[in-house]
Amino acid sequence: MDMIKPVILWTDILIWLLVISLSAFLFTLRKNPESRAQWRQVFSSKLGMVTFIIILSYIALALIDSLHFRKALSHTEGQDIETVYYSNTVNSALDALLGEMGELKERSYSSPFSLKSFTKENMTDENGQPYRGYPELEHAGSHLDNKTGHINDILLQSLIGIGKGLIVGLFLCALLKAFTRSSDLPWRTAMITLLIVCALLGWMLHVGNLYHVLGTDRAGNDTLYDSIKGIRTGVLIGTLATLIMMPIAITLGICSGYFKGWVDDVVQYIYTTLSSIPGILLIAAAILQFQVFIDLNPNFFEVGLEKADARFLGLCFILGITSWAGLCRLLRAETLKISQLPYVQAAHAFGVSHLRIIRRHILPNVMHIILITFVLDFSGLVLAEAVLSYIGVGVDSAMPSWGNMINLARSELSQEPVVWWNLIGAFFFMFTLVLSANLFSDLVNDAFNPKNRQER
Amino acid sequence: MFAYIIRRLFYAIPILVGVNLITFFLFFVVNSPADVARAHLGEKYVTQEAIDNWVAEKGYNRPLMFNAQASGTEMVTDTIFFQKSLRLFTFNFGPADDGRDIASDVLTRMGPSLALAVPSFIIGIWVNICVALLVVMFRGTRLDKAAVALFVSLMSISGLFYIIGGQYLVSTVWRLVPISGFEPGWMAWKFLILPVVIGVVAGIGLGARWYRTLFLEAADQDFARTARAKGVSELGVLFKHVLPNAMLPILTGVVVVIPALFMGSLLMEAFFGIPGLGSYMLDAIRAQDFAIVRTMVFVGSVLYIIGLILTDISYTLADPRVRLN
Repeated sequence: MDMIKPVILWTDILIWLLVISLSAFLFTLRKNPESRAQWRQVFSSKLGMVTFIIILSYIALALIDSLHFRKALSHTEGQDIETVYYSNTVNSALDALLGEMGELKERSYSSPFSLKSFTKENMTDENGQPYRGYPELEHAGSHLDNKTGHINDILLQSLIGIGKGLIVGLFLCALLKAFTRSSDLPWRTAMITLLIVCALLGWMLHVGNLYHVLGTDRAGNDTLYDSIKGIRTGVLIGTLATLIMMPIAITLGICSGYFKGWVDDVVQYIYTTLSSIPGILLIAAAILQFQVFIDLNPNFFEVGLEKADARFLGLCFILGITSWAGLCRLLRAETLKISQLPYVQAAHAFGVSHLRIIRRHILPNVMHIILITFVLDFSGLVLAEAVLSYIGVGVDSAMPSWGNMINLARSELSQEPVVWWNLIGAFFFMFTLVLSANLFSDLVNDAFNPKNRQER
Repeated sequence: MFAYIIRRLFYAIPILVGVNLITFFLFFVVNSPADVARAHLGEKYVTQEAIDNWVAEKGYNRPLMFNAQASGTEMVTDTIFFQKSLRLFTFNFGPADDGRDIASDVLTRMGPSLALAVPSFIIGIWVNICVALLVVMFRGTRLDKAAVALFVSLMSISGLFYIIGGQYLVSTVWRLVPISGFEPGWMAWKFLILPVVIGVVAGIGLGARWYRTLFLEAADQDFARTARAKGVSELGVLFKHVLPNAMLPILTGVVVVIPALFMGSLLMEAFFGIPGLGSYMLDAIRAQDFAIVRTMVFVGSVLYIIGLILTDISYTLADPRVRLN
């Protein structure tokens, strides 16, 4: 009898495939001295190392969150003992790692680290007299015997959590040390960043299971849990949207620059047409129509999350379509330039086939454009997700995402007293990711863009 | 140049037909009108009659592209594609789902949109260029580095936070301006000032950083060095020599969005309750009013193509070496 039943979502497959193939691709690049020097330039700056570690930890969390399963339900009376029934809620490996954080539901708002509810309710005292007061939270600080001095307990538990995180961090550092030869790269900075990230995660995990570190939202869900779950959506939209559009953009861009003539005309027509449609309307129209399709075909999907996942994939696809024209245009221009170079002309004279010329001479020489576009687009897509979810054409409202959090919390600042923690939660996690991605992509751009290299 | 513009306008026709084909495909082929009706009418047990009524009322009860039952030119004209998509070319937009005339709605909502978009645009560019030139003046120093770090941080914040935070600070805490709303005429300024300021601040990070790289490229070229050697002050070099020479790439990015200002800003208008085209689109998206979305896609494409043509024309004004033919 199985305790769990894996649920494989399309986006899970894609993100794992993407990460594996990217790692393999980077591994093959190790032999290429030029790209090694370029990557060395990126990582030789401390900033590059720090931002890379931060992005890596986001990606790691997103990957762990992309292993989904359904738990087996315990048997009840009168059920066939042979068949196993599975829960309708889909969990991920990250949920298992976070412990009970996602299940500690309160009734409504509560402020960070508070033991009592944020809003007054009607209650009765010992004598049965009704009065208005702040009811105690069900889950926050439930391990305490005496609820008055919980500040000391928070400090103590924080130390324990940070300590746990540091142990894991030291272990990872030891691994890092074992696998890296000493070189001029700033490994010390990398290790310090790794330790800080691990300590922070350990703290969130440990204290987050005892208190509501970032409070709870209107429906009583833990804000910290929602923010962490939003990581997967953010990382996936930033990578998959570019990934999906890349094969089309590369093929069309290179073909139009290489073959010229009517191929060029057709490709130019396609991307002018697509980019002339206001992006947000195209996305809205496509998502609304796709949602109609999903709603009319409910039997395609076994659990609710698969519906949300289908919509998410559709969103990645349409975001890819709208941002596709830029890369296509760049590749076309670069291919036009390269195909005039003597070595390509020589290959023609030797009778080398078109496919082989493109693969051997053109593709490797436009690789840097593809890489730069990939890292530069990432942060913009993460930001776009929030805006689209606000408009109502982003990810499914059942899917945890920073955009949905902001959307739910947008009027909370005008409440009296102010509810600020939902916005801060989404802001902090999103800002860290986008800022790191922006800084890192700048460094990659500096290292790989030949235009920048000549100036130096 | 006149002949060039005429030719470009003719090139626009196949693009607009392509845009219409895409929207036609999205709205009528992906899901049939009956499917849309079923989703629109909402209830699970909706009768076939209700669907038929809805489809007939909207005029969707025609064949998609070719009407075999009709005769003569009606074989082509009495179809959804002709009636709903190609009709847009005459700027005859027809009624929305709630029966209001789209064309007159678009015209009345254009005013508030422009009242917000034009000041944001002009002040935004002016502030970005000034900030960027100031930073370029201190290039290579710590101030430059700090400014770039600030720009990157500013552009890493989602626009939603600028709006929510700005509304909270200025309207709720300081109570300087009303939180949202609109009033026609000159009194609109008190509703517009906050969205304009927020729009400018939110754009500084991305804008100033972009202008800075453009100016940096021009600031170290021979003509700038010559000017400095002549004894022109650094400010004079930047404003008289660097700025005009960086004009071409600036125009590429800037002129193309000018016609799109008519479309308004979706987020700003939604948050500040300004009855412009942005909130019109947002309402249409939320109410799934596809007639309006289709129209706005068409209008947006037309404006984009006008923007492209304007960009080409502006090149000839900024750089006398460029000739259009």
